[in-house]
Amino acid sequence: MSSNGSNNGLIVTESATQLPEGVHLPIYMDNHATTPLDPRVLDAMMPYFTSTFGNAASRNHSFGWEAEKAVEKAREQIAKLIGATSKEIIFTSGATESNNLALKGIAEMYRERGNHIITQVTEHKAVLDTCKKLEKIGYRVTYLPVQADGLIDLEDLKRAMDDKTILVSIMFANNEIGVIQPIAEIGKLCHEKGVIFHTDAVQAVGKVPVDVQAMNIDVLSLSGHKIYGPKGVGALYVRRRNPRVQISEQINGGGHERGMRSGTLNVPGIVGLGKACDICGEEMASEAKRETELRDYLRAKFEKALDYVHVNGNMEHHLPGNLNMSFVYVEGESLLMGINDIAVSSGSACTSATLEPSYVLKALGLGDDVAHSSIRFGLGRFNTKAEVDYVSDKLIDVVSKLRELSPLYEMVKEGIDLSKIEWAAH
Amino acid sequence: MAYSDKVIDHYNNPRNVGQMDKSSTEVGTGLVGAPECGDVMRLQIKVNPETQVIEDAKFKTFGCGSAIASSSLATEWVKGKTVAEALAISNTDIVKELALPPVKIHCSVLAEDAIRAAIGDWKKKNSVGETEAAAVAAAH
Repeated sequence: MSSNGSNNGLIVTESATQLPEGVHLPIYMDNHATTPLDPRVLDAMMPYFTSTFGNAASRNHSFGWEAEKAVEKAREQIAKLIGATSKEIIFTSGATESNNLALKGIAEMYRERGNHIITQVTEHKAVLDTCKKLEKIGYRVTYLPVQADGLIDLEDLKRAMDDKTILVSIMFANNEIGVIQPIAEIGKLCHEKGVIFHTDAVQAVGKVPVDVQAMNIDVLSLSGHKIYGPKGVGALYVRRRNPRVQISEQINGGGHERGMRSGTLNVPGIVGLGKACDICGEEMASEAKRETELRDYLRAKFEKALDYVHVNGNMEHHLPGNLNMSFVYVEGESLLMGINDIAVSSGSACTSATLEPSYVLKALGLGDDVAHSSIRFGLGRFNTKAEVDYVSDKLIDVVSKLRELSPLYEMVKEGIDLSKIEWAAH
Repeated sequence: MAYSDKVIDHYNNPRNVGQMDKSSTEVGTGLVGAPECGDVMRLQIKVNPETQVIEDAKFKTFGCGSAIASSSLATEWVKGKTVAEALAISNTDIVKELALPPVKIHCSVLAEDAIRAAIGDWKKKNSVGETEAAAVAAAH
């Protein structure tokens, strides 16, 4: 609760004013949306705003050389984290641009070879909307379904491939349900068939091991702000050999980034992205272990205290910090309203004009009612056990109160089968 | 999304939560909305058979804060009104009172539907026609 007492939550108790040690409100637990900048990253970036401010493309003075040196160091740091070489890293403004450049650039470059692209239904909109755009200009796109646990079926992928297939784009890890796709198997299959494999690895890079060689990844999108780096900077890995992948540029200008992405480089951002990758490389193993423990602890607390809760997505192939749970018979937005000192996300889209719940959860085959009841917890580098305790206690409290208010919970408790009721859908 | 103070108040302190005996002839029950739409409201009224005055009202709602507030407000408003007076409550009154944004207007529509459904159920049980109810109301 805030100290001025202007809390909008459901429960205002005396004890709430005395917060446990290490808990400061509001609590940020939405690290799939974005992450705070790591102070070490900020320190690395600072000189490049003021003293070392040169344009990395300035070839004839030391300001330019210093900037270029910093950019090349960052390129090395990023390449190292994903098993690439620095010449294979193209800087962009973020993952949305990386995904656009990859899909549009490959589609355009390989148009002679074919016009078929394969992706899947739980991709981020940056991929899905780009595919829709490509469909409008004559490309054919197959959207693979996912199974109930969120994983694609490799047999579906095999069946979808034909002699016109030029590109497969399957995300590494999902931003809502944290499910990790069988990337190495997909890469192997693509290479056997001579199809380019792109993966949107925004949620995976820095969180779980990514190796473009071992996994046969040809093109990979990553972003700074998901890994405790700055917003507004990202990168695209583009394989240079076995096979050499070519991409048609989508932004024309000074021919920066070997002609693939023109525009003056965002030097401080790039330095930050490099440093963020460096830290992830050093700390990934211990961080993943810690976040997995916190996530399992959070889940166990919910399952102990509440009935009708379940996790969404395969928990074996899963990001360490992700937990997506449905608190059935409670609507997600009302739940968020009761925990407004905690930043998490809801699968309910009651606030959107369409009133449609998450398309990712629906793709798992969840009923809309269950999708409306889901909350995504995104644990990150700076979350503590004390915060996890606060969040779980508060959520359990609010879910219990809202269920007292829920006609559905009451009916289920009375043994009524909700699916047998003729609802007047509006 | 920013909620108005009144929505927050109803959310924090919902009025008239609960249920009444569905089988009683004095009780009308309206169940509207659908789980897959993210809103289900159950509104019940208890009607005095002599005066047709709604003496008690209860609700339970599965839905967002605005849906909870709309139905909570609806129970407050119908209490003490005759059936005919309650039928005159419109969703726009609820929108105005709670300062609902356009994206939440459907919550108020649902609350109006719930009032009408509860009254409809009571009328059915008591074989009250429209004109009869109006006549009783006019007599007051």
